[in-house]
Amino acid sequence: MIKSEILYILSAFLFIYGLKLLQRPDTARRGNLLSSLGMLVAVIVTLIANGIVSYQWILVGLVAGGVVGALSARLIAMTSMPELVALFNGSGGLASLLVATEAYHREPGVDSLTASTMFLSVLIGGVTFTGSIVAWAKLSERIDSRPRLFPGQQIVNFALLIGVIVGAVIFAGNPADGRTVFFAIVAAAFVLGVLAVIPIGGADMPVVISLLNSYSGLAACATGFVLQNNILIVTGGLVGASGIILTRIMCKAMNRSLANVLFSGFGSAKTGGTKTEGEVKPVSAEDAYVLLEAANNILVVPGYGLAVAQAQHVLRELGGLLQANDAEVRYAIHPVAGRMPGHMNVLLAEADVPYDELIEMDAVNPTMDTVDVCLVIGANDVVNPAAREDEASPIYGMPIIDVDRARTVIVFKRSMRPGFAGIENSLFFKDNTRMLFGDAKASLEALSGEFKSA
Amino acid sequence: MSGEILIFVLFVFVLSMMLGLELISKVPATLHTPLMSGSNAISGITIVGALLAASASESDTFTIVLGTLAVACATINVIGGYLVTDRMLSMFKKKEPKEKP
Repeated sequence: MIKSEILYILSAFLFIYGLKLLQRPDTARRGNLLSSLGMLVAVIVTLIANGIVSYQWILVGLVAGGVVGALSARLIAMTSMPELVALFNGSGGLASLLVATEAYHREPGVDSLTASTMFLSVLIGGVTFTGSIVAWAKLSERIDSRPRLFPGQQIVNFALLIGVIVGAVIFAGNPADGRTVFFAIVAAAFVLGVLAVIPIGGADMPVVISLLNSYSGLAACATGFVLQNNILIVTGGLVGASGIILTRIMCKAMNRSLANVLFSGFGSAKTGGTKTEGEVKPVSAEDAYVLLEAANNILVVPGYGLAVAQAQHVLRELGGLLQANDAEVRYAIHPVAGRMPGHMNVLLAEADVPYDELIEMDAVNPTMDTVDVCLVIGANDVVNPAAREDEASPIYGMPIIDVDRARTVIVFKRSMRPGFAGIENSLFFKDNTRMLFGDAKASLEALSGEFKSA
Repeated sequence: MSGEILIFVLFVFVLSMMLGLELISKVPATLHTPLMSGSNAISGITIVGALLAASASESDTFTIVLGTLAVACATINVIGGYLVTDRMLSMFKKKEPKEKP
């Protein structure tokens, strides 16, 4: 047993060092590899050190899980990454719940402390599981991604939570006879997970995924408490922390508190800001070409609409042509630009945009006055000056990329329809803004065509 | 579980959380998606518990079902998480010096 603990230290080291290498894009891949090596060590140690004799069911589980995991990792489109991560979170939560359930089933006569950790493990695991399934369904639009609120929802949630806590007290008081209570808690955890995510709108899913990511770690952690296994606790703690940080970053980027994201049903009501003034000035691809041809400093602000239009590869091509035309081209990424933290970066990386051309919002805003032409493609709310200027706007106070300070802004847009949050964008009416209407991919292709024929 | 052990595991938990906060807050925004899928893979560490569950000596059908399912779920996390993270990270490239035609 002592020997195995020593090797668990090795795998904890590999996990931590792997995360450390994840701090830089050029070492990140190696970090991931080291981390997986740590996992392999942990698995092998567990198999050998515990004198495990019956391998057949383990093998069944390993093969089944391995095939599903490998296939989904290989086949998933980068645009669907949030859905995949949601499902992975869910399966992690379910695994923790199952392990704790098995531990209780095998040994019901545990003391109150152990029973409490079992309770935590199934509660967090269960909420993570069903919450992730709902998040996945919303992201993949299998169910309506708008927030769903019903009368008395908060009261139902609150009552359920109280019920769970009461159940926990009863269960911990007498675990040996608490089988019924235990499974009632499991069922309640499943319901809670659904109820917790259902009221949250599609635009807030980045926060939800981050939070569920944190939960999946904390569930593993709680399971570690049940089994009194340090490697589970350490690793679960690391992942829990990671999810917490990402959640905080997402909330900050939307200028919302976590409580507001979780409970307000943001976007369910039609919220109108003040009226916008000015007129919309459309521009043709030919005129846009003239503007770009003369520009030295070009900034691209991509949003999720870019990925929906499958236009990232065409954008990369145009970027190359602009660079060949001696312009500096940079891509400004808002923290909530995609559908999960860092999503847009992955989509652009897939299109071969080098990562050192991707600039974070805080780094790009001070340089905005030097930008000649700013291309806004598929982004809307994250460049809406109303966040700065209009106190009546629901997004007032949200940090945005200040594209309106660039000399000229070209907005690629299909129509004048408002964005995800349903808010009018005053950027479209500014003097220095030109609207390039049409499908983003077609518009970018037209621009590339102009450069090639020039 | 005795109170002493609880204190000990809580100690380990708090320290690892602090370490996690410190490590992760330095990960640049560019890598947040791989970070998330990668940490997802790491949270598949539950596989250690699942392996123990699936190999319990006095096993009835319920134990076998729970254990095998747990192993399968955790393995999805581990294998899928690491592979997809690697797939993403392999796409991140630095700008080549002087790529002018």
